[in-house]
Amino acid sequence: MLPDSLGEHATAAAVENFDSDALTGGKFDRGELTLEIAAGQLIPVLRFLKDNQEFVRLSSVTAVDRYPAEPRFEVVYHLHSITKNERLRLKCRISGADPVIESATVVWRSANWYEREVFDLFGIRFLNHPDLRRIMMPDDWEGHPLRKDYPVTGYRV
Amino acid sequence: MVLNMGPQHPSTHGVLRLLIELDGEIITKCQPDIGFLHTGIEKEFEVKNYQQAVTLTDRVDYLAPLSNNLGWCLAVEKLLGLEIPPQAQWMRVMLAEFTRLNSHLVWLGTHAIDIGAMSVFLYCFREREEILRIFEMFSGQRMMTSYFRIGGLALEPPRGWYHRVKKFIDVFPSRVDEYENLLTANPIWIGRTKGIGYISLEDMLDLGVTGPMLRAAGLKIDTRKDKPYTSYEKFDFDVPTRTENDVFARYQVRIEEMRQSAKIIRQAMEGMPSGPWKAADEHVVLPDREKMKTQMEALIYHFKIVTEGFRVPEGEVYQVIESPRGELAYYVVSDGTTSPYRVHMRTPSFGNLQATSKMVEGILIADVIASIGSMDFVLGDTDR
Repeated sequence: MLPDSLGEHATAAAVENFDSDALTGGKFDRGELTLEIAAGQLIPVLRFLKDNQEFVRLSSVTAVDRYPAEPRFEVVYHLHSITKNERLRLKCRISGADPVIESATVVWRSANWYEREVFDLFGIRFLNHPDLRRIMMPDDWEGHPLRKDYPVTGYRV
Repeated sequence: MVLNMGPQHPSTHGVLRLLIELDGEIITKCQPDIGFLHTGIEKEFEVKNYQQAVTLTDRVDYLAPLSNNLGWCLAVEKLLGLEIPPQAQWMRVMLAEFTRLNSHLVWLGTHAIDIGAMSVFLYCFREREEILRIFEMFSGQRMMTSYFRIGGLALEPPRGWYHRVKKFIDVFPSRVDEYENLLTANPIWIGRTKGIGYISLEDMLDLGVTGPMLRAAGLKIDTRKDKPYTSYEKFDFDVPTRTENDVFARYQVRIEEMRQSAKIIRQAMEGMPSGPWKAADEHVVLPDREKMKTQMEALIYHFKIVTEGFRVPEGEVYQVIESPRGELAYYVVSDGTTSPYRVHMRTPSFGNLQATSKMVEGILIADVIASIGSMDFVLGDTDR
């Protein structure tokens, strides 16, 4: 469902028209549009935005850990439309017990490294990712450093 | 044959490792391996207060410290809703363009040395040295400047900066001509760069490439024009483009960008507004020394800001700027405390480097150096 305050935003309205079940919330704050998407419908929405709404670039994929709240993780996608000179943020909330989401590599190849980074540092798995390995940390590293329950300093016991 | 290039290869400019599979001299597969310079800066942000975190941003891209300072400060100022006085904004533009010159000069010098043109390096570093001296004059530091602070600048612009900058900018265009004399019509340079490192525009957009590489493929994209920040809209400059989309075109784009940056610096220098160089918000900006000696409130604010930091309202922003390498974005999530809840840096080198495989597969091993050199990545920026 589209919040009333977003009625005048063409992109928000277009996503609402495309699949109103997929849109679970959104806001327009400090000049930036954020849409919350149900994790299950992410890929069709991304494809729609790329093919029909001119968002040709995926600028970044990252995550936010809301530990100890549940659903724990927000996976954040920043899209960029060059022709419309517009940016858009998409958010999917996923649970901390088994953090898993569909990979966006089928829509943009650039998602490959961005998602590997999120996998490495947050431990979120991306389904159908062609090459899901650690990218920053050593291959035999234990734990995921950007999680909130991972200490900043200290010794391994 | 499998060839392991790097991580300690002189032309990978840091610690990039390329696993290259060869069939004779033709590359059949190339797999970049990064992460050797990962320092956990994004985690470090979460335990620093907002003003302290400025020093972390220098260390991300050590060839363009002020661009990173700028991205971070703009992001936090957007969260705070802080108004920056004109003099600070123009100073920021001027120094950000100096950073672009600095970065492009290092790129040109090292790129030329990789391909075999030794002397260009010495010429470029002559000018770069003067830029670093100008940085030192402003901030006291040559490389890790931290000169932009949330709310304005770290220090008052130093006495005599105008003449120093003027002296540099008066001769700089003729120095660019010198580089061009050495390279642009040089048959060896042309032979090593023309038609090399082609990758289609569609592939680049799909793979996350930004900056001069896109402009060398004919796409006129530049955040300074598209979404002007820190009053870039008041400056007159062009966004150079080429359509050949090879190493030589990227060289031409960057050479022209240097000329345009010099033009912006001249405009900023000549039109520098007077007035304050930091914002008037006493909750965020440290008070003047004079006031602290005479006013109780100023002393209290000073104590609070230094010991605790300032609170930033809840919210999230994605601040995009045009760094010398391409699209640099700071994604900052605030939970209303004095430290950021989460900071993500979308760095241009990380995106650009993803295109390596696509660019070098099918070409000769001897052209790898020229191709990856034309991407102008910094491994600190890639691995963070």
